[in-house]
Amino acid sequence: MKRVLAAITAALLCSSGGAAFAPPGVDQAVVESDAMPPKLSAFGLFRGNDPAQPAAGLSYTLRAPLFSDYTEKHRFISIPAGKKAKVADDGVIEFPVGTVLVKSFGWSDVNNGRPVETRLLIRRASGWTALPYIWDADGKDATLALGGRRVPVSFKSPDGETHSIRYAVPNRNQCKECHSLNGEIVPIGPKARNFLPDPAASDKLRGLYFENPAALKPVMPQWDDPGSGSVTDRARAYLDVNCAHCHNPAGSASNSGLFLRWTDDPAGVNFGVGKRPTAAGRGSGGMDFAIAPGDPDHSFLIYRLESTDPGIAMPEVGRSTVHREGAALLRQWIAEMPKASH
Amino acid sequence: MRFHGLRHHAATLCIVAALAAHPAAAKVISVSAATPDANEKLQEALILAQPGDTVQLGAGVWKLTDGLSLDVANVTVRGAGAGEGGSILDFTGQQGAGEGLLVTSDDVFLTEFAVLNTRGDGIKSKGADRIVYHKLRVEWTAGPKETNGAYGIYPVESSDVLIDSVYVRGASDAGIYVGQSKNIVVRDSVATENVAGIEIENSHDADVHDNVATKNTGGILVFDLPSLPMQGGHNVRVFENVVNDNSTPNFAPKGNIVASVPTGTGVLIMANRNVEIFDNVFDRNGTANVMIVGYRYEHKDPKYQPLPKQIVVRDNQHGKAGYAPQFPGGDMIAAAMGGAIPPVLWDGAGDAIVLDKVGVLSLNLPDVKTPQSEAKPAPADLSKGTPPAALPTIKLPDTMEAKVK
Repeated sequence: MKRVLAAITAALLCSSGGAAFAPPGVDQAVVESDAMPPKLSAFGLFRGNDPAQPAAGLSYTLRAPLFSDYTEKHRFISIPAGKKAKVADDGVIEFPVGTVLVKSFGWSDVNNGRPVETRLLIRRASGWTALPYIWDADGKDATLALGGRRVPVSFKSPDGETHSIRYAVPNRNQCKECHSLNGEIVPIGPKARNFLPDPAASDKLRGLYFENPAALKPVMPQWDDPGSGSVTDRARAYLDVNCAHCHNPAGSASNSGLFLRWTDDPAGVNFGVGKRPTAAGRGSGGMDFAIAPGDPDHSFLIYRLESTDPGIAMPEVGRSTVHREGAALLRQWIAEMPKASH
Repeated sequence: MRFHGLRHHAATLCIVAALAAHPAAAKVISVSAATPDANEKLQEALILAQPGDTVQLGAGVWKLTDGLSLDVANVTVRGAGAGEGGSILDFTGQQGAGEGLLVTSDDVFLTEFAVLNTRGDGIKSKGADRIVYHKLRVEWTAGPKETNGAYGIYPVESSDVLIDSVYVRGASDAGIYVGQSKNIVVRDSVATENVAGIEIENSHDADVHDNVATKNTGGILVFDLPSLPMQGGHNVRVFENVVNDNSTPNFAPKGNIVASVPTGTGVLIMANRNVEIFDNVFDRNGTANVMIVGYRYEHKDPKYQPLPKQIVVRDNQHGKAGYAPQFPGGDMIAAAMGGAIPPVLWDGAGDAIVLDKVGVLSLNLPDVKTPQSEAKPAPADLSKGTPPAALPTIKLPDTMEAKVK
């Protein structure tokens, strides 16, 4: 049996046209064990352990990424040889056991562009596991930080402003707070509606990773490209990725009754329109509604997005700066809503 | 120790014995407040704990910058005490997370530590069945301030919740808040100088007893709100509590429902059914000892039931009340009635039975649509009618009671 598998693997490797696929570098035994290796290099995910050189996999971007303090994220998927991901009817991508979603976070003007951290989301037989690694000072390897850490950094945002923050690498539980559905860890970004495989990847290569690559049709607009969709649709895409991982009926914020998925009715009270605060505390900012149509200054959804105070800020984890460009889009969306007759 | 009414002091030795009797596999993970990177080390301990383990918090003041979280079932987090000299988790310098400690796993036991000055909520547990909060202190040490966090102790979306012998002070919403949960006991606890002392919201089957709710804006609240995943609050018993001097001016951030609670409220029931208020001791609640009202805000939830129904008030002891009613026109009504309104206030919507030998003031608002400006306040007799069958005592799983014995 093993020999047959090896033969299939070899065939697949040939058919990938030379692109790296299921390379010998990735240690599937480690990936699929229950191990939490103290060093990232144990997985063999990078050539020479250089974060700029994935040893394998299909890199991808997202139509709307989760904002993380203006970090640039480099993402790729490693799938074991002979296995494929499948796009389900509802657009959720089902990854086989042994898959690793690799995401490196950094800024071009910090550490000469080397990432600060690399997060792994690993599909094991027992389910998804999240492991956060922080790159060592010498940049040669990264070390597991289960308990998370604050890393002082100074960087410029696109508007030219310099930010000096204590960037929070999340602890493993915080990974799950966002990546949670009915208490189980799940990926957030890679859904067909949001997923953009590396445009350089050939159809053949996509076919090696996906059973049905044609189903990868991102219906969400590019959140920051006005040409790609209306203000409303771009706002919905932004909310889907930045909020709905918690704000859905099976997520960490299920009790709030505020549900912000791409598939939710954007005019409904559960989308925040005319919705009074629930368990918001100081997050209400003295306002009556999450979204007051036509009035972003009296919409506490905006107030919370524009705050960095831990008792007020949303999302609750993963952000020490305000995403001005995202907030501006949501302000425009609310401002353009017809005023309600409350 | 600022605790009052702790009936389990003598049980300390028993707890030690119980620990020794743990199965061999369960281990105690001790973390010291003096550890460098104590925040990270404590968080690691909470992540690496296995079911059955105890995470032991050393005595001392822990200066924490980031919220903690626990997602492993059947773990005990035990400190060296909640008072001075105990295990004090001080979040005064908090930089991240919506609460001090978040629990998302079942069968967790939290005992003998304090959480101070969190930026958001104190201790939250979500979807954490059979959680036990015991001998904890959650406090905003500067007292009532609008900038304090919202909830002190905050279980939500859980079945079987026990809150026993805790002390909560300074929450800008509710000191002890149980939301969207079922089978709940809150007992032997002290809630002081919060906006709401104890609040049971969108929940059913709760016993709130032998607590002291004092110097809050409102002592004990039983609420139901619209547009939430779980609603239809019912079967709540509030008994044998001391509810007095709830005179702290409301300091909740506006927009939140508790910002509308009048200063001087003892027990407030809003939009629930089958609530029993009995054998409590009320005194010096300037608006009312007991208030029974409907939900009067506009809402778009066709499934929501905004009226109080089948409310029973009996066998309570009423001290002074109603001498400073904080609702529009309240002072004029009080003046017209000789300086104070009766200790029980009903807005006139829904139904209630009041068997206490005290007066009831009805605002005679027949439904929740009629604006408060059309109130026609007048004494009402709610002693007629047959009370519904008494609610049963809430019984929690024996494993939970054993933890606090």
